[in-house]
Amino acid sequence: MNAVTRADFFQPSIWKRLGYALLVVYVIYAAATLGLSWERIERGVGYGAKFLAGFFPPSFTKSDLIPGLLESLQIAFLASLFGTLIAIPLSVLAARNLMPAFVTWPMRVIIILCRTFHPVIVAIIAVKAVGFGAMAGVIALTVASVGFVGKLLAEAIEEISKKQIEAIRATGASFMNTIIFGVVPQVMNRFIGFVAYETDSNLRHSTIVGVVGAGGIGGTLFAAFQRYDYDFVAGISIAIIALVMLGEAIQSYVKRVFR
Amino acid sequence: MNATAEMNRWIRFTPAQRVARFAVYLGMVAAIVWALKTIEVIPEFLYDAPAQVVDMGARMWPIDFAHFWPGIWPALVETLHIAAMATILGLCMGIPVGFLAARNATPFPWVNHAARFVLVATRSISTLLWALFFVAMFGPGPLAGALAIAFHSIGFIGKMFSEGVEESNRGSIEALQAAGATRMQQIVMGYWPMVLPTFWSVALFRWDINVRESAILGLVGAGGIGVALNSAIDLLQWDRVSLILLTIFVVVILIEIIVMQIRRRVI
Amino acid sequence: MSTLSIRQLAKEYVAGKPVLRDISLEIEGTGITAIIGPSGTGKSTLIRCINRLIDPTSGEIHFEGKDLAKLAGAELRAARRRIGMVFQEYNLVERLTVMENVLSGRLGYVSAWTAFRRKFSNDDIQRAFDLLKRVGLADFANRRADELSGGQRQRVGICRAVMQSPGLLLADEPTSSLDPKTSVEIMELMRDLARENNVPVVINIHQVQLAQRFAERIIGMSGGLVVYDGAPDGLTQDTLQKIYGGEDWLAT
Repeated sequence: MNAVTRADFFQPSIWKRLGYALLVVYVIYAAATLGLSWERIERGVGYGAKFLAGFFPPSFTKSDLIPGLLESLQIAFLASLFGTLIAIPLSVLAARNLMPAFVTWPMRVIIILCRTFHPVIVAIIAVKAVGFGAMAGVIALTVASVGFVGKLLAEAIEEISKKQIEAIRATGASFMNTIIFGVVPQVMNRFIGFVAYETDSNLRHSTIVGVVGAGGIGGTLFAAFQRYDYDFVAGISIAIIALVMLGEAIQSYVKRVFR
Repeated sequence: MNATAEMNRWIRFTPAQRVARFAVYLGMVAAIVWALKTIEVIPEFLYDAPAQVVDMGARMWPIDFAHFWPGIWPALVETLHIAAMATILGLCMGIPVGFLAARNATPFPWVNHAARFVLVATRSISTLLWALFFVAMFGPGPLAGALAIAFHSIGFIGKMFSEGVEESNRGSIEALQAAGATRMQQIVMGYWPMVLPTFWSVALFRWDINVRESAILGLVGAGGIGVALNSAIDLLQWDRVSLILLTIFVVVILIEIIVMQIRRRVI
Repeated sequence: MSTLSIRQLAKEYVAGKPVLRDISLEIEGTGITAIIGPSGTGKSTLIRCINRLIDPTSGEIHFEGKDLAKLAGAELRAARRRIGMVFQEYNLVERLTVMENVLSGRLGYVSAWTAFRRKFSNDDIQRAFDLLKRVGLADFANRRADELSGGQRQRVGICRAVMQSPGLLLADEPTSSLDPKTSVEIMELMRDLARENNVPVVINIHQVQLAQRFAERIIGMSGGLVVYDGAPDGLTQDTLQKIYGGEDWLAT
């Protein structure tokens, strides 16, 4: 029995073996480039143990924990709101089954530009533009949200059934009514999923844009690290995990309500 | 007459649904209003923003292309190595946790919960924070960067995997059970072939994300092109900043095209 | 005067390869007119040219005092709401409820804001309920369209078309995705509803027996041309040969 299954699943193929061999060679080469060695790992694990010991007991008592977390929340909410509001019309204009090519192309370029750079890089630029603070964080995460929601929503719109649209058009519905009755119901579920994921991702990113001065708990966290204030670092990390988990719980409730 | 009118009223949602929807709307509006009212905005900075952006744009031009080969290229190669290694390592760590989190492959609820907690926790700690940890452990450099991204990837990879496993077909697993396969055999012979497409799509997707992520590691000294970006910004060499941004843009687009091509051919 | 008059209608998807060559038809009265013919002969194209889901290459389509072939924008939409359409694969918006699908027949009459809030007038809602009751789906108003069987979906599709208060009903192979028994029921429903609402129906259909049983007039198409136009009992073996068989058939 076993032998038969084995033969089915592991057909000896030269290409597969060559692929695995290449992978192993690459991993060894890349590990060498990255400076990986046993001695280094041993030393690192030693430091790590000391470091972990510094985490306990986690400290939640510093006064800048709560304001920092609240500011991260604000950044995440506003970026999700603005990002989604901008992404909706953008993705309708970028959908190739609704719009002619001369409209979709510029929109697609905007979406790609928003998606290319990590929010932290956008945050660096935003800090230069509008100065330190939550404002820069909101701008950075808004840009990221536009890219993410815009791309996925445009793809979702492109995948909808044309037949349902045709039927709505045949009733004499205007363009807007066709969108409302023909397009929206078909993409709504996925849209809610994208926005939920985006809010989740914004929440996580809002805790790090502070590292470059764009507001939120990240600045506090970075400072605590540089002071070797590891019990506070542990406290902040645990608070962030709790916040993200709470966010996931709310998300799943909202998804259930709108199904 | 009245009775028929009553009967023919069209009610789109049940009262419970309506209350739930209203609560969600209310919650969203409250959150947004709170955020808008209390977020700190410094108006002087805002008025100044257009001038700052124009100034920045002017300093970025012309792009310092001469700096590419001596300054950017090695950092770019390092970034790509970090991303590739982190993806491989992340898959090695994320897949087992994913199997442990899948309710059908691991029928022990407390193991599922523990694995799920690991997935959420690794995902919640951002790459930069992981990088700070690993820089403290292994010193600055690409090794810390690769480990940081790998650990951050565990959550995403594991989550996608556990979902893929939970959606897989029960029938073929039952067939293996009937044949007396052990749990390990069930995973290797039964689940693994079924989630293979998930494996490829997750690996590609994560690699794509990891390249973007590895571009920022340099901000905390964990190697890659971010180191060059950070020093260019600190030294106000804006013509190099624009070169680095352009490089990242081109690389990300290239990778997206590669991923799309592989996807079309393999999956 | 006739309800619908088509003059010298032609359509080429690819230049030089006409699907419809030269169609001229007058549709009047309130009965069913069935269009039969082999696949690929342009029956669907003809139906879709009438409400301009497809733009004809040349020709005129006169309906309620306007040449539909020349309309665009708001005028075209105003004309479309007077033409109901029933589709082969029902084309319901699957994620909407049955009620919403029926009410979507009123979309040509309401503003986007009204449509968004689903604030259709009481008259519309009453009428939708009456129609659903008429087709035996009164209890399904709040069910999602994708929970329904094929026959039920097609009933909803017919309600949506009748909801438009049309002056003409078009049906593009309304029974091709249904089993024989349901097909007959749907044809009966279309015939009765057309009578009750005083609307002529143009159906394009594959099953010749169904066409003969329900239509008052049959139009046979072949190669983009009308080759038969007359009463159902005038359809002899010869004419059927002319429509479905003959050289055209053998050549392909």
